[in-house]
Amino acid sequence: MTGVLLEARNIGKKFGGVQALQDVSLTIRRGEIYGLIGPNGAGKTTLFNVFTGLYPRDGGEVLFAGKALSLESPHTVAAAGIARTFQNIRLFGNMTARENVMVGRHVRTRAGVFGAILRTRAERAEEAAIRRRADELLHYVGIADRADDLARNLSYGDQRRLEIARALATDPQLLALDEPAAGMNATETVGLRQLIEGLRKDGLTVLLIEHDVKLVMGLCDRVAVLEYGEKIAEDVPDVVRSNPKVIEAYLGTSAG
Amino acid sequence: MVAGMSAREKLGLAAIAVSLIALPFVLAMAGTAWVRITNFAVLFVLLSLGLNIVVGFAGLLDLGYVAFFAVGAYVYALLASPHFGLHLPFWVILPIGAAVAGIAGAVLGAPTLRLRGDYLAIVTLGFGEIVRIFMNNLSNPINVTNGPKGINLIDPFRLGDFSFSANSGALSGPIKYYYFLLIVLLAVIVINRRLQDSRIGRAWVAIREDEIAAKAAGINTRNIKLLAFAMGASFGGIAGGMFAAIQGFVSPESFILNESIMILAMVVLGGMGNIWGVIAGAVLLSFMPELLRYTVEPAQKALFGKMLVDPEVLRMLIFGLALVLTMRFRPAGLWPETRHKRELDADRK
Repeated sequence: MTGVLLEARNIGKKFGGVQALQDVSLTIRRGEIYGLIGPNGAGKTTLFNVFTGLYPRDGGEVLFAGKALSLESPHTVAAAGIARTFQNIRLFGNMTARENVMVGRHVRTRAGVFGAILRTRAERAEEAAIRRRADELLHYVGIADRADDLARNLSYGDQRRLEIARALATDPQLLALDEPAAGMNATETVGLRQLIEGLRKDGLTVLLIEHDVKLVMGLCDRVAVLEYGEKIAEDVPDVVRSNPKVIEAYLGTSAG
Repeated sequence: MVAGMSAREKLGLAAIAVSLIALPFVLAMAGTAWVRITNFAVLFVLLSLGLNIVVGFAGLLDLGYVAFFAVGAYVYALLASPHFGLHLPFWVILPIGAAVAGIAGAVLGAPTLRLRGDYLAIVTLGFGEIVRIFMNNLSNPINVTNGPKGINLIDPFRLGDFSFSANSGALSGPIKYYYFLLIVLLAVIVINRRLQDSRIGRAWVAIREDEIAAKAAGINTRNIKLLAFAMGASFGGIAGGMFAAIQGFVSPESFILNESIMILAMVVLGGMGNIWGVIAGAVLLSFMPELLRYTVEPAQKALFGKMLVDPEVLRMLIFGLALVLTMRFRPAGLWPETRHKRELDADRK
């Protein structure tokens, strides 16, 4: 399972006069947890949104699983095998937890209007499979007992888990998590950490943006640091931790 | 749907079926006008269910929905009237009308894909007006729609020698149409419920709930939205065809903005997204003005001995007040969507 899964080359992004990303290149290997850290406004989420097709990029290219990745629209990115969660949780609030995950199966299933109206044998079989997979995933992230609850009624931690389950439903090769521990209490963070470690054990590659430095350093195989839209370091956590540029930019001079 | 119901539910269903079948005969005792009013109520239920796909499921505010009703009505009128000398049977025209309206829906949807909320409402409102103005002016240089004069002498539904407009024994024309409408309504309800609980239906609701998350979850929001527009419009087209046949006459006047707003009010009042709520809203809003029409005058005479307020004015006043009160006390509609515990979930286990 070694080898490069995602390679970004010279990604650039401008918002008006602000250069949000400048020539950012990074390489994510198969099966690793890759952390992306940086101070507020460093461009982490922007990079994320470029990777997942939400923002058009101004330059550079992305290779995914050896092929050029079309970043035209988020659904093609999802179809290619990159799934994501959002910093400010984005669930379908008035759908049940199970339905949220079932929506994630959309991209891997094909039943259309006529199949649905006629309830063809193929449609019913597919629908049953979608439902089964959704229940498996809810169980996997540990919220199987909340399957019939509306997403907006779940606790904060459970909503995070549900978002991960929905992302997993798209059968991704790369799971991109945008600050999954934000707003979580200590217990919830520990649970999240176990969940992400489990994902790695099951062969998934994870891209993790996180403010919680302890979580990133403890969890990630490799870490990249962004500052003012540029990558200033990329290495294993221990090396990054002692990089003077990183200490100055991110952890502050007195932290060394 | 029937399987898995309790005996009590089955009994309830049977009771509803029997009363729906008996209804026109009871109404006919009060006058055939009431059967006609009921037929129009059912047409409005069909329209509301169509609009519910766009507004209720996919969350796309559409203020020009009556345009698709108009498209369906004109397709029927042009293909079954002396205007072009065409007299195709209804079972050929209704699908054509649905298809043409569906295409019109997609054509409208295409330029509005990036719009949401108020902006979408304004563009769809414009589209509704454009269609009506087209119908009004498409009499020159080639007379297609016969302009504001409308198209007359439209064929009724006919199956062999069985005509839906003529009386045959106890079955008056409106009663025959009533049963036909009831069958169409049943089909539309089944289609709606199946769509709602399918991969496509979930995608619609996902777009309504959070478009960005829906995209990120892999939904091609462009296609799925266009599908919602097209599906909703095709229901409008079918209703339009039946409207043309029942009336025997269509003119652009029937398809004004007011109608779009009325249909939207039915959807919102009943409870967006919930099929049963939408049906209740449509039935209520179609019958209430008629009921008031027949009760306002006698009530005044009985209370004050004379007419104090013009019945037409009072009717609209009460109607408006009822709408305001509903929105004040039940902002999500009379019978809002609860996706929490849905009967179909039990079906699908």
